[in-house]
Amino acid sequence: MTHKTASFVRNELIPESPPPVSETGAVKWMRENLFSSPLNIIMTIASLWAVYTLFNSVAPWFLNGVWSGNSVRDCYEILDGATGACFAVLKERWPQLIYGFKYPPSEFWRPNFAAVLLCVAIAPVLFSTVSKKLFLFTVVYPFLAFWLIWGGTILGPIVAFAGCAVAVLASRRLESYGFALAALCGFVCALVCWIFGGYLVDIGKDFLVLPSVPSRDMGGFMLNLILGTVCVSLSIPLGIMLALGRQSDMPIIKWICVCFIEFIRGVPLITLLFVANVVLAYFFPPDTNIDLILRVIIMITLFSAAYIAEVIRGGLAALPSGQFEAANSLGLNYAQAMRLIILPQALKVSIPGIVNVAVGLFKDTTLVSIISMFDLVGMIRGPILSSTAWNGVYWELFAFAALLFFVVCYGISQYSQWLERQLETDHR
Amino acid sequence: MTEQVHLEISDEIAIQIQNMNKWFGSFHVLRDIDLTVNRGERIVVCGPSGSGKSTLIRCINALEEHQKGQIIVDGIELTSDLKNIDKIRSEVGMCFQHFNLFPHLSILENCTLAPIWVRNTPKKEAEEVAMHFLEKVKIPEQADKYPGQLSGGQQQRVAIARSLCMKPRIMLFDEPTSALDPEMIKEVLDTMIELAEEGMTMICVTHEMGFARQVANRVIFMDQGQIVEQNAPEPFFNDPQNPRTQLFLSQILGH
Repeated sequence: MTHKTASFVRNELIPESPPPVSETGAVKWMRENLFSSPLNIIMTIASLWAVYTLFNSVAPWFLNGVWSGNSVRDCYEILDGATGACFAVLKERWPQLIYGFKYPPSEFWRPNFAAVLLCVAIAPVLFSTVSKKLFLFTVVYPFLAFWLIWGGTILGPIVAFAGCAVAVLASRRLESYGFALAALCGFVCALVCWIFGGYLVDIGKDFLVLPSVPSRDMGGFMLNLILGTVCVSLSIPLGIMLALGRQSDMPIIKWICVCFIEFIRGVPLITLLFVANVVLAYFFPPDTNIDLILRVIIMITLFSAAYIAEVIRGGLAALPSGQFEAANSLGLNYAQAMRLIILPQALKVSIPGIVNVAVGLFKDTTLVSIISMFDLVGMIRGPILSSTAWNGVYWELFAFAALLFFVVCYGISQYSQWLERQLETDHR
Repeated sequence: MTEQVHLEISDEIAIQIQNMNKWFGSFHVLRDIDLTVNRGERIVVCGPSGSGKSTLIRCINALEEHQKGQIIVDGIELTSDLKNIDKIRSEVGMCFQHFNLFPHLSILENCTLAPIWVRNTPKKEAEEVAMHFLEKVKIPEQADKYPGQLSGGQQQRVAIARSLCMKPRIMLFDEPTSALDPEMIKEVLDTMIELAEEGMTMICVTHEMGFARQVANRVIFMDQGQIVEQNAPEPFFNDPQNPRTQLFLSQILGH
């Protein structure tokens, strides 16, 4: 046999070609995914049977549902022994489920209007395509919403807003003299503004007044939404500060943050809520009466801020140190490097974790029912189920509560996934 | 050519390092470093890994803190004063081994970020300057892409352009070609050579000896945290004095 040489020269590159044509479509998909082996065939059939049984029992219950009637007995009469849900309770107690049982019905338009405005206010935060000018409204919104929901004279929120605005302007002016000084001056300016504003509010008690609704009259899903939105929007910035503080070179700041985070994470939220409800009063001067909702907001915010701080710390740790170095070597100072380079990337990595905490927080707002606040779950467990008319209508009410929470939480989750895709710029 | 190069160097001192020492914990990384760099001078630092060459140039823009001695950059002494540090950093450009572009910003935004925020340049002007330097490194057409879409060589050239947008008076290069494929090394070196020909003061940690021969005024060899030998490229490569230098050169030029 003659030995052939191994020499080889390619003169033409092989052109790209499509993959071999094979069968595609539904039949192939089913064969591959549902009926690929005897075990899989059995499991497919068993699953189909399970789905069928479930559907068979839920569908009549749902479809036979009774929507009119004033008590559970009316439902039984209409159903006459057949299976069926008693959705009449939702219809009859709708205002209670949504607004609580003491919010004056003539004022329902106010929380509704606030909810509509909320959509406008968060639009520029959630979507970068929305005009940046709308941020002005976002800044004003919390004060406006407070006025709408709690009522009273509009001067109160205006003074509160003016104080914050003065604080921001003053600290901006003094920023170059150092952060601590600027923050302190801002705080003093705000305090002065609030004290003088307080007199103004006393004088103008009757200026643009909405009938005032006290905090203990808030309830229903509205209360969950208020607590959820306020606590999420406060705990994210607080969480960022805690996360940065924990990484700080300054030992005192670092240890304050570490102790705070570790303490809060080690304590159940329920305990903190009881503290807010009962114990916190001992720490304030005897005459001060801090609003219960405010106390609960503080506690839930602190609680979730600690969790968010840890999530963001994970995001910060995931960034290569080269990013810090590159930002520094370009002459960006700490605040600029954090704001422009580090946090946008760290927060992007942390989105799933932050959303996880936010969704958990929103659902945890139902825990306030334990400290006798009548949120959605509190309303169902208390006034509605214990009434003689609707005694025993568990499934319908709790399914409704679950549905409301699911819609909001699923929305948050879908938004976060969309956001992650939007921010996908590194093409890894 | 060499004559011309020497003429460009003025007597003005760009960087002066005196008796500088640095420790990582108890490990003595840099020992009694004395180095004076004149304006327009181009210095190549080489040496085995772990010899402290990267640490040395990272000390010059305070990415690492030195514990003893003195570093004066552009007439400003590096102390722990943050204002001074930020000022020096905005005058000293730096390129890293792994480019360290900002992946969440487009190429153009990478280049305009620092001028806008540190120098308060209007956005439009910053973009014009950025396009000028992107053209200089020959990738203006990539301006709207993101770093992840570029090849390593392109990314490093963007990193150089990004530094140049701050109009630095000194450029530091920390092994700019070590993470690149051989085909891409040349495009980055060409950019650096062009920069050198324009009279930029440069300190470059690299193992590209061809580059050192062509561009450097002075080659510094470091070992165990000390400057072991420094000389003009010709005598440095042809007639190294220190045995450690001889060994190093024989190993990297041997094949």
